[in-house]
Amino acid sequence: MALMMDQALAQTTSSSPLLSVDGVTLQYKTPDHLVTATYRISFDIQRHERFVLLGPSGCGKSTILKAMAGFLYPVEGCITLKNHVVDGPGPDRMMVFQEFDQLLPWKTVEQNVAYPMRVNGIGAQDAKARALDALAKVNLSKFADAYPHMLSGGMKQRVAIARAMAMKPDVLLMDEPYAALDALTRRKMQEELLQLWEDIGFTLVFVTHSIEEAVVIGSRIVLLSPHPGQVRAEINCAHLGLNERASPEFAELTGRISHMLFDGQNVAH
Amino acid sequence: MSQTRFPLPLRPEVEFDVKAPKELGDVAKPLSFFEKLAANGAVRHGVILIVVALIWEIYARYLDRPLSFPTFLDTLEALRDGFASGVIPARLSVTLQTLVIGYFIGLTIAAVLTTVAVTSRIGTDLLSTFTAMFNPLPAIALLPLALLWFGLGRPSLVFVIVHSVLWAVALNMHSGFLSVSETLRMAGRTFGLKGLRFVFGILIPAAFPAILAGLKIGWAFAWRTLIAAELVFGVSSGQGGLGWYIFEKRNTLDTASVFAGLLTVMAVGLIIEAVIFRLIEAKTVRRWGMQRG
Repeated sequence: MALMMDQALAQTTSSSPLLSVDGVTLQYKTPDHLVTATYRISFDIQRHERFVLLGPSGCGKSTILKAMAGFLYPVEGCITLKNHVVDGPGPDRMMVFQEFDQLLPWKTVEQNVAYPMRVNGIGAQDAKARALDALAKVNLSKFADAYPHMLSGGMKQRVAIARAMAMKPDVLLMDEPYAALDALTRRKMQEELLQLWEDIGFTLVFVTHSIEEAVVIGSRIVLLSPHPGQVRAEINCAHLGLNERASPEFAELTGRISHMLFDGQNVAH
Repeated sequence: MSQTRFPLPLRPEVEFDVKAPKELGDVAKPLSFFEKLAANGAVRHGVILIVVALIWEIYARYLDRPLSFPTFLDTLEALRDGFASGVIPARLSVTLQTLVIGYFIGLTIAAVLTTVAVTSRIGTDLLSTFTAMFNPLPAIALLPLALLWFGLGRPSLVFVIVHSVLWAVALNMHSGFLSVSETLRMAGRTFGLKGLRFVFGILIPAAFPAILAGLKIGWAFAWRTLIAAELVFGVSSGQGGLGWYIFEKRNTLDTASVFAGLLTVMAVGLIIEAVIFRLIEAKTVRRWGMQRG
């Protein structure tokens, strides 16, 4: 039995990763400077992982997520999805943004969720059924015919998540999706997201600057150093979730992460 | 915490009994008939119109010079005669046809120009240079040139209208496109939208408030320009428009009919702005929460 487990483990780790970031350096231009956001970043993401990019503000974690989505091209290194180099945005990597205005205001909630599917050639009936199904999963069936401006911030984010998941992308990219929410709503949304993952098992890449959120959401965390971002560590934390928040292990891990990120400086949060 | 630098006063806790809503009398009292009437916008506007008409009538009677300032009732009579004889409707339809042709040609060119402008940098430069050059130029100033090129007739009028619509609409459309948020753009691109599909799927609806504002400005420019152009050179291919009607009636010193013509111009302008554009707004930007009101 133990042998089989080992073999299974060996097989999963040796199989080619779903998404691979290999020596990626990213730069962007401001009016005055050419800024290096990340420097030679490498990591692999396996199927079904809840992969968290964690780092202080300005470490380039959002930038690297945008590069995975295809909005930016690395100046060095490459990003591959299922062994194909990422060139440009596409519906195989749906993204959920931090901003509430990511929904199309001229479409109802249901149309918003169905629209990406319609764009990609899925029939109206099929798209509608999948949209309603996705909305049911985020408990928004009642609001299918509402327009986005009638929803609260948290509801808008749930619609955005439903929209992304209805597409059944290879990987779901989330850029600090809960950063603009109040603490109570954020907790609720984290619970929902983890429940959804239990149901579906999608591959998730999640960017956050909150250590606690990273440990709760993630199964594996990549720590990025401050500007320019470099990989500081990769940590497993699948065993720690919302229920373990009060446990000593949780506190020990957040303490360790905090220490690695800030090199022992006494920084709040 | 018990010892702070700022000693807090010790205050007793208190609790109150709250009355049941029933004991407070009517919580929601219905408004009186007059209060409801005053809250109705249409009623308030109507009252203003009636007062203006009254002042007009009294002043014109006091002045007693029907050739330069007819009374309100005379004007209404001229208006009724104009409609009864079918002259005003015929003139109006000529004007509106010219307007619709010019307006839609203008919109089409504006849409093409703006699409080119958002998809390429040279297009952006082209649009900004053209609008900077032509927007300040009153359309009427092009009329002599239009007459030279297209002769006395509808094509000249259409040319002038296109000029008056095109730049206002293109300018608004373009600034609307530019103001579409980066998040919406990125969202659209993750759906796999590119090129024209992106323009129609994301940019146009997202910029619709600005586009609608452009359409309204363009419409107002076109309407004023057209009436003025008709006044200046009147008959186009044997049929005159509303402007020509006003000019004609002035020549015969039928001042009441001149006023009737002007009222018609105002009424059409009002109907299109207050009814048609309002309806489009209610069905689109207001429903989508992109504009208040």
